[in-house]
Amino acid sequence: MVDARGYACPMPVIMVQKEVKKTNPQTLEVLVDNACSMENVTRFGRSQGYAVTVELQNSDYKLTLTK
Amino acid sequence: MNENKRIDWRVVIAGIMVGLAALALTLGGNPANMGLCIACFLRDSAGALGLHGAANVQYLRPEIIGLVLGAFLSARGFREWRAQGGSSPALRFVLGALVMLGALMFLGCPLRMVLRIGGGDWNALVGLAGFAAGVAVGVLFLKRGFTFRRAYPLPSAEGGVLPVAVTAGLFLLLLAPSMLRASTEGPGAKHAIWYLALGAGILIGVAAQRSRLCMVGGLRDVMLFGDFKLLYGFVAIFITVLIGNLALGSFHPGFAGQSIAHTDGLWNFLGMALAGWGCVLLSGCPLRQLILAGEGNSDSAVTVLGMLFGAALCHNFGLASSGEGPTAYGKLAVGIGFVLLLVISIANLPKED
Repeated sequence: MVDARGYACPMPVIMVQKEVKKTNPQTLEVLVDNACSMENVTRFGRSQGYAVTVELQNSDYKLTLTK
Repeated sequence: MNENKRIDWRVVIAGIMVGLAALALTLGGNPANMGLCIACFLRDSAGALGLHGAANVQYLRPEIIGLVLGAFLSARGFREWRAQGGSSPALRFVLGALVMLGALMFLGCPLRMVLRIGGGDWNALVGLAGFAAGVAVGVLFLKRGFTFRRAYPLPSAEGGVLPVAVTAGLFLLLLAPSMLRASTEGPGAKHAIWYLALGAGILIGVAAQRSRLCMVGGLRDVMLFGDFKLLYGFVAIFITVLIGNLALGSFHPGFAGQSIAHTDGLWNFLGMALAGWGCVLLSGCPLRQLILAGEGNSDSAVTVLGMLFGAALCHNFGLASSGEGPTAYGKLAVGIGFVLLLVISIANLPKED
């Protein structure tokens, strides 16, 4: 789980990139709190070969990256 | 197609709109190659409020008001408005001032740099090289873990400060213009009629809010992730303005005799390097800061206030360049600016455990 709420781009993508490099997870959950980060993490996830689903939780976005 | 190279048409359309707006505003009366310039227009606005005494750069630019209001309306309409902040506001204020210092050394924000290149001002190519170098240094620190702490949700009133402030400014401009200072000559006296400027600002504010257009984000994301999404916006502005200038006969290639520009290559380079590095630490160019402030981000609102403060300092202390070139104090200040950026960059690296 990467909790990137409260961080402006590009931080959320950097945090996800770090996690992917470190543990190369099959699935990874990411929390962000703005649409811009949601789009950018989605884009980054896809570029790394993940399928990405997004659900709205309260006013945050929960992204699930799956290989 | 590679996800990173895939064109995001929203960004391209926003870029084309920015290019067209810049051309239209220049035709409407804004200075050449300055249809839109966030640094210059904040500087003029600081002058209009009497924050600095440079008589030739004073005018409350309706473009700035429109950009914030457009972003505000768009964020409200698309349910993306959220009041948040608290991520190193004082440092962001300082960074805003330093970005302004660099931009006024070069004479333009990153957006005007692209407009200047599209008008054939090759000094801005030197500026672009400096900008890229500054972004590269900033990215180096991002890769080493530079970050400000996270922001937190705040009461709505906090996020509404800049939208309300610019609305008040608009009322002053329209109903009580004599309370504001306005240049009678120089760049501040050259402006499109207010409703054209305001309308263009609102349109670009909406487009930039939807597309996340950012002048520093383009180069940064290519260096950081190999992601070209935002860079397409940068290129779209350039191509639109280039074609427009060629069609209108306002493409004047060369170094000398350019509008509101100087030919000192070293300081054009260093000015934009300072701006580029500072913008990476702020995670957005001056345009993006206005848009984020319109979306309710009070850290960006503080950054905008820092830019206004920086513009006032630059003109009160003779740090800003003019068409004649940079000043000795300006050079000294930019040098100090680099030291401050270095200190801020290092101070916000992760602590060793």
